[in-house]
Amino acid sequence: MAFRLKLVPDNTSYNFFRWQWLTFGISALAMVVSVVLVLVMGLNFGIDFKGGTTIRTESPTAFEVGDYRQALNGLDLGDVSITEVFDPSFGASKHVAMIRIGTTDETGSVTPEQLNEVEAALQTVDPQVVFAAVESVGPKVSGELIKTAFYAVGAATICIMFYIWLRFEWQFALGAVVSIVHDVLLTVGIFSLFQLKFDLTTIAALLTTLGYSVNDTVVVFDRLRENLIKFKTMPLIDVMNLTVNETLSRTIMTAVTTALALGAMMIFGGDVIRGFVFAMLWGVFVGCYSTIYVAKNIVLWLGVKRDWSKPGPKEKTPGEDIPAAFRDAP
Amino acid sequence: MLDIPFWKRLLILALIGLGLLYAMPNLFYNRVEQHNDAVTAAERNGFATEEETQARAGWPDWLPSGLVNLGLDLRGGAHLLGEVHVQDVYKARMDSLWPELRDALAAQRDLVGAVRRVQAPDGQLTVEIGNPEQMAKAVEIARGLATPVTSLTGAGQSDLAISASGSRLTVQLSDAEKAATDDRTVQQSLEIIRRRIDEVGTREPTIQRQGKDRILIQVPGIGSAEELKQLIGTTAKLTFNPVVNRTTDANARPGTGNVLLPSMDEPGVYYVIEENPVVTGEDLTDARPSFDQNGAPAVDFRFGPSGAKRFGAYTSANIGQPFAIVLDNQVISAPVIRQAITTGSGQISGAMDVEGSTQLAVLLRAGALPAQMTFLEERTIGPELGQDSIDAGRLSSIIATVAVVAYMVASYGLFGVFASVAVIVNVILILSVMSMMGATLTLPGIAGIVLTVGTAVDANVIIYERIREELRAGKRMAKAIDDGFSEAMSAIIDANVTSFIAAMVMFFLGSGPVKGFAVTLTIGLVTSVFTAIYLTRLLIVLWLEWRKPKELIL
Repeated sequence: MAFRLKLVPDNTSYNFFRWQWLTFGISALAMVVSVVLVLVMGLNFGIDFKGGTTIRTESPTAFEVGDYRQALNGLDLGDVSITEVFDPSFGASKHVAMIRIGTTDETGSVTPEQLNEVEAALQTVDPQVVFAAVESVGPKVSGELIKTAFYAVGAATICIMFYIWLRFEWQFALGAVVSIVHDVLLTVGIFSLFQLKFDLTTIAALLTTLGYSVNDTVVVFDRLRENLIKFKTMPLIDVMNLTVNETLSRTIMTAVTTALALGAMMIFGGDVIRGFVFAMLWGVFVGCYSTIYVAKNIVLWLGVKRDWSKPGPKEKTPGEDIPAAFRDAP
Repeated sequence: MLDIPFWKRLLILALIGLGLLYAMPNLFYNRVEQHNDAVTAAERNGFATEEETQARAGWPDWLPSGLVNLGLDLRGGAHLLGEVHVQDVYKARMDSLWPELRDALAAQRDLVGAVRRVQAPDGQLTVEIGNPEQMAKAVEIARGLATPVTSLTGAGQSDLAISASGSRLTVQLSDAEKAATDDRTVQQSLEIIRRRIDEVGTREPTIQRQGKDRILIQVPGIGSAEELKQLIGTTAKLTFNPVVNRTTDANARPGTGNVLLPSMDEPGVYYVIEENPVVTGEDLTDARPSFDQNGAPAVDFRFGPSGAKRFGAYTSANIGQPFAIVLDNQVISAPVIRQAITTGSGQISGAMDVEGSTQLAVLLRAGALPAQMTFLEERTIGPELGQDSIDAGRLSSIIATVAVVAYMVASYGLFGVFASVAVIVNVILILSVMSMMGATLTLPGIAGIVLTVGTAVDANVIIYERIREELRAGKRMAKAIDDGFSEAMSAIIDANVTSFIAAMVMFFLGSGPVKGFAVTLTIGLVTSVFTAIYLTRLLIVLWLEWRKPKELIL
């Protein structure tokens, strides 16, 4: 017998609904907590959404944040925040800081003259400092960016719901959407909790998470539909348990491969992208959970039409609804 | 279904071969890039230098030479989002309409009485007429100056909106004409920016219209957004105007029809000039840097036929008078006309250095921006940071791939190897499709590819888990494999279509990094379905035929 790594035993029969009220309660609570967190602590919006200027400095010599702050103090820049960036991939001769200057007036970003002053001031403290990246976004654009970002998440949710409704039943669509909302809220919540930088790339991560979570949900739903036809008289709750047990191995496998890939990116991908990758990694985790404990609970409570012999939607044979082009594959 | 027809096998392998071929140039990035640059340079200049010929020889012409474009975050460069002040044009249109309207009304002076322009908001032309009871006649005259709108949506409508109240007649652009003008203004700005950037000869700039009145400019390899702004930020509006007076009083009243403008090289000196120019920069056909008779940097220019004619007529009628060369509301110089200039060529000299004269020539050649621009977003990314990101992206991609391959092989043995081959081919196919499309790879894009590596195995996992189940149910090996593939199909399709929907939304609604990420994700979805379903199946079938195994351990 050849060696096979199996994280999930062959035949499992966990009862995923034993704690359904507890798990769903935790999910509901987590959603509420996320909303409260966002309302109370707010999000650490990057300049994409808030407007302002960020300067990334790199220097071969170590520096004190206090010295930088002092150098910029006399410049009348308004709200300035300086953070030192640590990354395992930086050598001993690489010291990075992020300087963020808030919107000063209606023009929003820092003027070129001010920027020159800032650079000159920093160079007096540390003559070897270089400015690796300078970005500024005006408040006009940032307002629009935040709006389109919300539209994007909303539109994606609606499109996905519509597709699932077409392919499955409305109960499934609703279940999937609730789990999407759950995932998005929890991700935004954790960004608020840890005050991670929330910018355009975070939105991309959020949308990917959303895609992954739905992907996961759909695979389980697909098997559920199949089992519903196969076991016509089995109680819905048992069919669901059977389905999750059958697909558990796949769910875990895919989550682990994705987590491996993202983990590599998180550790070795550099500090520029870390927040983005973190959002996706978290999304994979939450997405997995919500498939099992959120999406299916909703479908269970709503119930689905079981008696397919009565007139109603035509009974589907497995594979029948696969586009002909794929069905006939080699 | 386990016997794949020969032509299908060939097609699958041919597609993969093609993918490999098109992805290959990326392995020799610098050489191919230099080759491509040399080819474009040769096309533009019509000849090739020694160096260019050598660069061109670095990569054979017959091989594909498409490369994955590296985004600004990977290569370094500048990004600008500018907003065109389209309303500027409304004002210019009204100002130029005024003399016309004045003359037309003056011709009917007996009826409408004296005509006077009164203060009005920008973009509106308001005149007061002496005989308000003849307003209908005045409106009719003004209407005579209107022309139909030349755009698809505004066809059949007049370009001027004319209204009257009491003794005042107000003319402004109609809404249809405003929309048409806005469109033209932005198009023209886009074209001029493109020409100005092309003059400097940087590589593959992105210059796109965004929304109604915005222009996105991304130039890789340029030092800073500031530099880029200087290049395109100057309007370079050049006019030649008659001089009325020269003064040192900054508050002098220029009188109607005149303006007071500062001198560029003599501080404290002002010129009163007539507002309507004799000739404008639009009449220029050529401008190049040169030196004047004193050896100081200057710019030689040449007018087109109509400009030359007007310039000749004016100079011959005004010998001994000064005339002003005005650039962006500053008087560059105000030489005295010594003789009629009928050749249509002339020289601008003033306080400038060689660099200044070169830049002025570039700006004049490209033409003036029709309206002012403000910049809403500026980003500069240094080349070192870009290189760091590339290195980090490459390292993490390799580690991610190795980790996923190891895990797959540990879980599924030989079938895991097949899935790993499919995943690696998948990454190569993504790169080749991106090279063919000239798509841009950004840092989030690399993350998208890494994520694809993670999820691309999903289709294989679904299939393999299915095969395992069929085997456990006691099915024969071939039947189990066959059923595993067909049963898994519906889940794979559904899963990928939903991801595809998310990617499409990202593409259409997103901007910047979101869009770049969506492109890689979409390409990755398509290629991963192909490799997971067709390539893996082909590999399994080849293995079955070759080894003829009795049993399958999965």
